[in-house]
Amino acid sequence: MPGLEDLYREIILDHYRTPRNRGELETPPAHMAEGHNPLCGDEITIYAQVENGVLTDIKVSGQGCSISQSSASMMSQAVKGKSLAEVQALVHRFKVMMSIAEDPEDGPLVEVKLGDLEALQGVVKFPVRIKCAVLSWNTLLQALQEADI
Amino acid sequence: MNTNLVDWAAVKADFPVLQRTINDQRLVYLDSANTSQKPHAVIDAMAEFMRNGYSPINRSAYRLAAEATDLFEATRAKIQKFINAPHVEEIIFTKNATEALNLIAQTWGRENLHTGDIVVLTHMEHHANIVPWQMLAAERNLEIRWIPLTIDGQLDLTNLSSLLSGAKVLSFTAMSNVLGTLTPVAQLCQAAHAAGALAIVDACQYVPHNVTDVQAWGADFAWFSSHKMIGPSGVGVLWGRRELLHAMPPFLGGGNMIGDVRLDGFTCADLPSKFEAGTPAIIEVIGLGAAVDYLSKIGMANVRQHEMNLTDYALRTLDDRYGTDICIHGPRDIAVRGAVLSFAFRGIHPHDLSQVLDQKNVCIRAGHHCAKPLMKLLGANATARASFYLYNDESDADALADALDSASDIFGL
Repeated sequence: MPGLEDLYREIILDHYRTPRNRGELETPPAHMAEGHNPLCGDEITIYAQVENGVLTDIKVSGQGCSISQSSASMMSQAVKGKSLAEVQALVHRFKVMMSIAEDPEDGPLVEVKLGDLEALQGVVKFPVRIKCAVLSWNTLLQALQEADI
Repeated sequence: MNTNLVDWAAVKADFPVLQRTINDQRLVYLDSANTSQKPHAVIDAMAEFMRNGYSPINRSAYRLAAEATDLFEATRAKIQKFINAPHVEEIIFTKNATEALNLIAQTWGRENLHTGDIVVLTHMEHHANIVPWQMLAAERNLEIRWIPLTIDGQLDLTNLSSLLSGAKVLSFTAMSNVLGTLTPVAQLCQAAHAAGALAIVDACQYVPHNVTDVQAWGADFAWFSSHKMIGPSGVGVLWGRRELLHAMPPFLGGGNMIGDVRLDGFTCADLPSKFEAGTPAIIEVIGLGAAVDYLSKIGMANVRQHEMNLTDYALRTLDDRYGTDICIHGPRDIAVRGAVLSFAFRGIHPHDLSQVLDQKNVCIRAGHHCAKPLMKLLGANATARASFYLYNDESDADALADALDSASDIFGL
């Protein structure tokens, strides 16, 4: 049985206690999407501001468990200022780490650095929590889709 | 039988999964409001039927089929007695409790509810007693009214008569799956009838834990599930007054529910077959019969007394240990609550709490408990919920209290 230390790494708890990029953005110009985890009732709202193909700002609001909240916080740091192509690649890389996506046929996206997000690797050992970790990422994709970009 | 005369340790020993250890720790199962564990008696009855008696029911002349039909129908009679229903043919087996309420909404509801008609629900209903009505309301343009709650999680009946004024249906739970609150069922049935409305009782949380008497309630319909009362999953029970069931159109069409089928149409079978289309969950219904026998032998008054003692002990233990760090929802008076404890603890998210408790093999539910409107009222997206049953004891409540400590450690509180 995997230990809780695999799940509740210090950096995760730090992002949970002190979430980054909390708040809202005005819509429009920002795009907004709401995500729900029907399992645990978590609700998350992502605001994404896109200018000239770059995700210039992102805010997160909502309530959730330590995994969903810290994942959202780390994601917001990782994607802010990135081009949409880079964001898509990062989302894919993260989902590969969460075991819910396959590496591209031409090999893993090694050039995409996960940084702090690597701390969430332990979540894979707790399959029930993968949905928590991925919630904000899917919600971000949804916000970008709403933007039709 | 006095509850002191029941050997509760022997009861616990009857449930094999509770003897299981994981990482050398015993299993502390506190999720019975979700679904209950099964005793040897139920497991053996089902296995024995599959081994030596399996056969179709109702439609073959050979001995095996006759025996199977008798076993199957014996459960119907046991359920009738268990809930004190007037007539055995009023007991309808469904796929689960949710299907039972959908059956009412789709047959009685569609026949009797039309534009502008009023359905009254309460703020503490499970989604199974909300969504089927909302679906019908969207189709038929019905009005849904809600009985609010008091601050301590009981039904606020101050404006009951005005809420019921002109209503066709009052559909409500006998016991909240989140708050544990027991509602005044007989009083509500009487008020519904005084207003000319039907009284439909969600008895899912009530029947497994209390002496049930649908006639004393004065209800028109009641519905509950097998899997919450130590029976197998795959079976729900609908009880309805015979006159109502007779007048209702059928639900699902197919085999078993017909009287006659011709090229130009069909006629319905008599009750209860009219509402039991297709091959039922034969094995599971027989398992449910064994569950009813098991519970009846202990006595539901004893089960209730045992759970009241346990609820009282758990409330006191958690209060003594954690004081204001733990917020337990619902009424404090154990006379009006069942053994369901929804709580918030030191600001730790319920999902994290249940994960940490799982390391100690303490199984609790975290989430919205299929009661999102109620969650909104509580100001939470989720709660942690520990629920007790006849196989739990004080050591399980102690294990819960101990495990909460380790959650504080991890989250640095």
